[in-house]
Amino acid sequence: MEKSNLNEKTIQINSVKFHWSNKSKFKLHIPELSVDKGEKVLLLGESGSGKTTLLSLICGFLTPLSGNIQLNEKLINDLSATKRDQYRSDNIGIIFQQFNLLPYANVIDNILLPLYFSKLRSANISNQRETAISICQSLRLPEDVVNMKASELSVGQQQRVAVARALIGNPPLVIADEPTSSLDTDAQTIFLDLMFSQVASSNSTLLMVSHDKSLSSKFDRVIDMKNVSVKEQ
Amino acid sequence: MLLKLTFNSLYARLLTVGMTVFAISLSLMLYMSVEKLRTSAYTSFTDTISQTDLIVGARTSSVQLLLYSVFRIGNATNNITWESYEDVINKKEVAWSVPISLGDSHKGFRVMGTNSEFFKRYKFRGGQSIELEKGNNLDDLYDVIIGAGVAEKLNYSVGTPLIVSHGLQSFSDHDDQPFKVSGILAKTGTPVDNTVIVSLEAIEAIHVDWSTGAKIPGQITPVEEIRQMDLSPKNITAALIGVNSKLQIFQLQRWINEYPEESLSSILPGVALQELWRIVGVVENLLLGISVTVIFTTLIGMTAIIFSSLNERRREMAIWRAMGASPKVVIGLLMLEAFIISVMSIIVSIVMLFLTLYVLQPWIDNTYGILVNIETLSVKDIYIFMLFIIAASLVSLIPAIRAYWFSINDGMTIKI
Repeated sequence: MEKSNLNEKTIQINSVKFHWSNKSKFKLHIPELSVDKGEKVLLLGESGSGKTTLLSLICGFLTPLSGNIQLNEKLINDLSATKRDQYRSDNIGIIFQQFNLLPYANVIDNILLPLYFSKLRSANISNQRETAISICQSLRLPEDVVNMKASELSVGQQQRVAVARALIGNPPLVIADEPTSSLDTDAQTIFLDLMFSQVASSNSTLLMVSHDKSLSSKFDRVIDMKNVSVKEQ
Repeated sequence: MLLKLTFNSLYARLLTVGMTVFAISLSLMLYMSVEKLRTSAYTSFTDTISQTDLIVGARTSSVQLLLYSVFRIGNATNNITWESYEDVINKKEVAWSVPISLGDSHKGFRVMGTNSEFFKRYKFRGGQSIELEKGNNLDDLYDVIIGAGVAEKLNYSVGTPLIVSHGLQSFSDHDDQPFKVSGILAKTGTPVDNTVIVSLEAIEAIHVDWSTGAKIPGQITPVEEIRQMDLSPKNITAALIGVNSKLQIFQLQRWINEYPEESLSSILPGVALQELWRIVGVVENLLLGISVTVIFTTLIGMTAIIFSSLNERRREMAIWRAMGASPKVVIGLLMLEAFIISVMSIIVSIVMLFLTLYVLQPWIDNTYGILVNIETLSVKDIYIFMLFIIAASLVSLIPAIRAYWFSINDGMTIKI
């Protein structure tokens, strides 16, 4: 199932090759991969298939040895490291598998952290604190949670705060690396529903990585690493 | 926000950070204590004698003359005759003089013969005069005034009789002419505390029956007869001289050094004290070396602590990077931590130092005669602190650069 938004591409990858200099056995080659604006895409793959490496390339943590990665039609692999960091800050909200938050900071500070590095996202909202509280409410986090230390929250609450942080300032792209892996089935469903509704209201594109095929039906499109990457030895 | 989060991060690791701050504070306090003691010892040392322009003695080196005349260490090579002394003090440049006669002792303490000018002219610690704490001046021929140290160690009080021994390590006592403590001086923190002071006439009196350093066999002059004798001094060991004008010091010094009748030496006490301090300064440098080593070790310890926490904080670094923080920000965060730790350590060390000094100052003064001044920080202290902060920040670069590489390589893949 595909859903396009006037065929605008949020992610466009062409002929990307990457391998770690010290890990000669692992090689990633993606001839072509694209994600349309507003799509909710699930990236499936076995452990070691290169999912997380691909996310690191998209986020600009890593640069490909060859090929192009475009985000919102901007070629990011040609940018300097500093500009890639800034581009990531302005355009991508990231949710990790777990331990997403600075444990010593309170929930509000965790949510507002990306705005410190991105003037663009900061300019998108008028009242930062109120917006953060509003997103928390939408994610059904208890009212008193905003002033609590991140380390005092349950795992499910932490993941929802991570969603709030990823979405603050309406970044065009949200990348989630197996955010439900530490949640039970019921909590997974609730979490995904809440995340989807927030992503939709922010008009962001979602690329989520998982190895859990049962989640496929919840997404607009499923990309299997097996089908997009070429195995190289 | 970064500052607030850095403080939060440090607060979250309160125990580790607290122990680190405490360890660094102790090292800094040790350094500052050594520095304070060093400068105070130097000040106390150089303030042993002040406002004396020249010290005159028989021809010898400046350090030796200073040692025996002021510190009562060692012996004079020779005495100077009273005539030579009078020639010197009759010079128009001389404003005042204090004759000193040394050579005898009492239970290990030096006996010094002098006149009443000594109590008026001898100044220490930048101009303080010696004062009688108990008793009276040298009114009688056989009166002695003892320093505070002598009184304390020998448990003497006013009226206590005492016998002066001939020489410094002699078994011959001047037991035929017993003395009596007439006064006890207040503590000065100088060698005066350990001196037994008698009049110049008393020195002559106890040597009436002596010739060329030995008692004349069979000769015992009754005390009453001695009291009637002319006891004007014939020799003295040294003299403290004050001049009318500082401009005349060198002129007078040259005249004394070239005095044709007798080989004399005159020294500037300040210069000789500096010279002597340079000799004992080896210990000072050793102490300084130890303190610097302690600080250096502490810096390494701080680096090790940051290093050890680095692995468990890789995920935290990854979060910062995911939010858009450049690796430089990650380096900056760790350097900021080191900066905060070093500033906190400095503050704690200053508080600890002043509390310790406040408590120990009277004890150090009483025991070692070193007056440790509790005063505000010197420019040098501030300079050292700034240097420490810079050094701590630079040393933290080592774990920070490691964190930099972690943050570049980890990306989304955190390996812990």
